[in-house]
Amino acid sequence: MTDLNFAMSAPVVGTSGRAVEAGAKPKMSARKLNFYYDRFHALKDVDLDIAEKRVTALIGPSGCGKSTLLRIFNRIYAIYPKQEAEGEVLLDGENVLDPKYALNRLRGKVGMVFQKPVPFPMSIYENIAYAIRHYEKLKKPEMDARVEEALRQGALWDEVKDKLKQSALGLSGGQQQRLCIARAVALKPEVLLLDEPTSALDPIATGKIEQLIAELAEQFTIAIVTHNMQQAARCSDFTAFMYLGELIEFGETEKLFTQPAKQQTEDYITGRFG
Amino acid sequence: MSTTRTAEASTRVAERLYRKRRIVNRVAIILSCAAAIFGLFFLAWILWTTISKGIGSISLALFTENTPPPMQAGGLANAFFGSAVMCALAIVIGTPLGIAAGTWLAEYAGARKIGTVIRFVNDILLSAPSIVLGLFVYTLVVAQMGGGFSALAGAIALAFIVLPVVVRTTDEMLRLVPAQMREAALSLGVPQWKVIVQVLYRGASAGIVTGIILALARISGETAPLLFTSFGNQYWSTDLTQPMASVPVVMNQFTASPYETWQSLAWAGALVLTFFVLVLSMIARAILLRNKTSND
Repeated sequence: MTDLNFAMSAPVVGTSGRAVEAGAKPKMSARKLNFYYDRFHALKDVDLDIAEKRVTALIGPSGCGKSTLLRIFNRIYAIYPKQEAEGEVLLDGENVLDPKYALNRLRGKVGMVFQKPVPFPMSIYENIAYAIRHYEKLKKPEMDARVEEALRQGALWDEVKDKLKQSALGLSGGQQQRLCIARAVALKPEVLLLDEPTSALDPIATGKIEQLIAELAEQFTIAIVTHNMQQAARCSDFTAFMYLGELIEFGETEKLFTQPAKQQTEDYITGRFG
Repeated sequence: MSTTRTAEASTRVAERLYRKRRIVNRVAIILSCAAAIFGLFFLAWILWTTISKGIGSISLALFTENTPPPMQAGGLANAFFGSAVMCALAIVIGTPLGIAAGTWLAEYAGARKIGTVIRFVNDILLSAPSIVLGLFVYTLVVAQMGGGFSALAGAIALAFIVLPVVVRTTDEMLRLVPAQMREAALSLGVPQWKVIVQVLYRGASAGIVTGIILALARISGETAPLLFTSFGNQYWSTDLTQPMASVPVVMNQFTASPYETWQSLAWAGALVLTFFVLVLSMIARAILLRNKTSND
């Protein structure tokens, strides 16, 4: 298993430009995490720290368990039968896998954005306001301000401010994905989980989202699953390489991509498999 | 030299095969066109007969006067009213139940066996002969109430036809909503019932509404379930506990009669009913089409 202290060692500047100082505080941690799809053992004893207000990338070939790991962090897996997690996932020291930890509270703190943009079939404004209404009672002007704030954080405000009442289904793919990010951010979560957020987008839209991730990392703790190694290298501070359900190597992004400690990691990032 | 010859030979073979394919293609097109024309011919014939025999009796009196005694002039006002009341009531009874059941099947049954069983039973109900449903409601409602036919019993019988249609469309339309939409909404911490009502129903609404409209089109022409339940009424009646006239039952009675006035009224009823169903189908198509374009 990876030595976690190694990951949080000497101060260097990560590829993202944010300082990776010693002892960056872990916000979310997986401890001896195992996951089963019915009988298939998808995650094996995974220990991983997601550093606060940093971007952590999860990479690895298809089926390695990186998306599964992300889906445990907000317990979205629980909506399907026959999926089971064992071990602990700590959020600020509390085990969120404990059935006593309210789902409502967890998902308010840990937002998620998916591979395919899924705007709800309602107006752009309602897409953002919908979930806020579930948590807070706001008057119209306050709600307007919150919607604007979220759309600004999603780098979408300027493009949609004149058509807030129009259906969100009319937006382009890239805009829809930024709307989904804005929708997640609107709840003021602490952690943002991004599951291959750019894999359905063209390069320009991808660039915009990556830039957005860098801005959001000032405020949020971000975990991103990506198939694109350049993307991991470009926008993350820490990278975890997974293979066949195991965490092979975890460390500062720059170090992992330039001097990987394990042969498997080197083989993957140099494109020898995966 | 020999290579050019083989090349020429293979070109000839290719051309022969191409010609053969074109002929087969032509024959297939002609056969399928003939089949389509054969089907459309009878449809046009039916429509033509309905229009030519019914158009003569279309007048204001048709909608303002009640069904007449034999050999007298009159209209179908009581039958139109009765059909409208019973169909509306059937939709009001069948739709909420159907949507609730379909929602349970699509969203809560999951991989449970009971869900598969209920879906299968619903499909059987969907294709059950409507006269069986009529007899069922006869024993369930009419016989229990001392053999009194009533509009309410008619509406219940029609609701049994609406129910499986709505269950099926709700179930199917909800299952067409991408799983990621559910995940995205649930990952905002919104509880499942709210996600279903506020997000998934919106995604599936066009399909569900279409299903309800098509169910309405189907029951507006149903005769068999009404024969044993609402029976028929010569007079204007708004009492749900009393027998009530309906267009298909009146048509059934009038067509078989020897009186010319009754026969032409039956044709007029057929024409109005056909146009009603046509308009409903067009509305259903328009809703589906509009939804399709707005999603692209």
